[in-house]
Amino acid sequence: MKRSLQIEYKMIEQQYIDLFEQYRHDVDAHSVPGMNKERDAAFETFKKIGFPTSKQEDYKHSNVARAFDADLGLNLRNVPFSVNPYDAFKCDVPNLSTNLYFLLNDRYYDTVEQHHALPEGVFVGSMQEFSKKYPQVFEAHYARIADSSDNGLVAYNTLFAQDGFVVYVPKNTSVEKPLQLIQILRGQADTNVNRRLLIIAEENTQVKLLVCDHAVDAARFVVTQVTEIFAEASAQVDLYELEDNSEQVTRLSSLFSAQKDQSNVIVTNIALHNGYTRNNYRFRLLGEHAEAHVGGLALCDKQQHVDNFAFLDHAVPNCMSNELFKYILQEQSTGVFCGKILVEKDAQKTQAYQTNRNLCASPDARMYSKPELEIYADDVKCSHGLTTGQLDLDALFYLRARGIGEDEARLMLMEAFTRDVVEMIRIDSLRERLESLISKRFRGQLVRCGNCNVCK
Amino acid sequence: MLKINNLHAVVEGKEILKGIDLEVKAGEIHAIMGPNGSGKSTLASVLAGNPKFEVTGGSVQFEGKDLLEMQPEDRAREGLFLSFQYPVEIPGVSMVNFMRAAINEQRKYKNEPPVSAGDFLKLMRDKRELLGMDSQLVSRSVNEGFSGGEKKRNEIFQMAILDPKLSILDETDSGLDIDALRVVAAGVNKLHTVENATLVITHYQRLLDYIKPDKVHVLYAGKIVKSGEADLALELEKRGYDWLANA
Repeated sequence: MKRSLQIEYKMIEQQYIDLFEQYRHDVDAHSVPGMNKERDAAFETFKKIGFPTSKQEDYKHSNVARAFDADLGLNLRNVPFSVNPYDAFKCDVPNLSTNLYFLLNDRYYDTVEQHHALPEGVFVGSMQEFSKKYPQVFEAHYARIADSSDNGLVAYNTLFAQDGFVVYVPKNTSVEKPLQLIQILRGQADTNVNRRLLIIAEENTQVKLLVCDHAVDAARFVVTQVTEIFAEASAQVDLYELEDNSEQVTRLSSLFSAQKDQSNVIVTNIALHNGYTRNNYRFRLLGEHAEAHVGGLALCDKQQHVDNFAFLDHAVPNCMSNELFKYILQEQSTGVFCGKILVEKDAQKTQAYQTNRNLCASPDARMYSKPELEIYADDVKCSHGLTTGQLDLDALFYLRARGIGEDEARLMLMEAFTRDVVEMIRIDSLRERLESLISKRFRGQLVRCGNCNVCK
Repeated sequence: MLKINNLHAVVEGKEILKGIDLEVKAGEIHAIMGPNGSGKSTLASVLAGNPKFEVTGGSVQFEGKDLLEMQPEDRAREGLFLSFQYPVEIPGVSMVNFMRAAINEQRKYKNEPPVSAGDFLKLMRDKRELLGMDSQLVSRSVNEGFSGGEKKRNEIFQMAILDPKLSILDETDSGLDIDALRVVAAGVNKLHTVENATLVITHYQRLLDYIKPDKVHVLYAGKIVKSGEADLALELEKRGYDWLANA
């Protein structure tokens, strides 16, 4: 990197360092002690490492620092919006009955809506409220696995995050009805949003959460999000993320998951429509017979950019991980995938599978893919498969030979390509809904008008 | 129904068809036989409109229309059907969606409304029974994980569903055991009427024990070198193709 660029990035970072020092009081005053006490350490780290730039190998194709080079406002004093998300988002999918929650930019939106009764002891809602109600549980989990030491984005988020969303399921409890969180971006000016998600599933629990991202206004948004998932022994956690943002949104997400014995975690991310997205994943399998299933699907056109960076760490024997990432790139879009698998020395009988398949439907689309396997145990089953190509011409002719028009045949094949990622989802009605959304996306019928595409 | 006139075609710069003449009338079954590499499958592919093959001369009339001018999908909508020698696996596209899309595109072409769910399911069930197909196969992705025989049976199943005017069976017998061959042949015979026609491409006489052709043609080095009645197939079985090459 040129020296002048390095100086430029230092200047971008310095703005935010100054901002934090100047407004530290406001940041704290509008947050809670549990979150505030993590800021000092994060500040030291951020000053040291700053934002990731494309100089770092892991960010080679996503120059994240660049996104912050803008006049972005932060709503540190929590100035309220005169908006009721329920007016804009009326969820009435007949078969997708969920308990619905909202984050409005980086704040939990306290609703008057009656939720279906949750099992006793389960908490779902505001991070600030949770930290006051369960200070010890919060202390034991918040910022505990979201390691910022080598991740400037996490440090930055910890510095400015003031609220977020928590799902807490105490042991031997099953939350049958799926939870749905809608993360809305609103604002007239360009805005930086920093939000936190915390999912704590204690021993022998089950919970399913669908998180939908929606940008409503046309302003530019730079969003950092840090998610921590704790799956204790025999916990089953499903997290389905659906991004349906405008092209003006930069989404910088870092997800950390720590799993104990026999736990089963599934995380899928479907980027239906986006601007610039980087999703970091760090899964640690820390108890035997744990399973992690990670899926990603990116549907890109125009100049959209999706970068998924997944790190799967097998620390103990007898665990299983399965990754499936697929990209369909049209026009001038860019896809990036890096899949790291680490099998530690004693993690015998590990099964780790990784698949990355990409369809470049245009000569101007670019895909960068890199599998990285580090295996230090000798009795393991690991595999990775990577293909990047175009539509299968034989299949295309086969469909046409049955009377299906060329355009329709192409759409059928593209939809078919997405199918196995969608099939990872363990909520039937959501799967069907997604199939139809994907079909509409390819047909250009997905109207982005601020309405929830899942709910409408 | 089908009139082929002096048809020439090349693939990857190599001329495979060197002037084919053939006429098939409604109600007829024609068999095209010939050794490997004689151009049988190329003829089938060219008629179906496979873009890998380039027509360099001649004409093909199908029901009075210029077939070579049409896109592959329009040929199918006009009633031409190719049973593929190597049916393609298409993971993620279910047989049900595939067939529904195919039927509805053909109906749209004829300005007919889409098929109702009830009629469609009944049609699928009836034709599945006709071909003795496992109901599971129909609920799976197109040809995915099908055995060779299942794929061929699936081709004839699709033919039964689409009810074409002209069916071209490209080596439908290869990969079939004798029982499957009987079922498939019985299916073809049941579907045959005085209004449609069938072109059977094979290099063994075996299939013709079950599907009786009205005419047999021998394709050799890109040309039809001999045409005759059904008994020509038996003669070929006995004498091979060499005597024709030298004829």
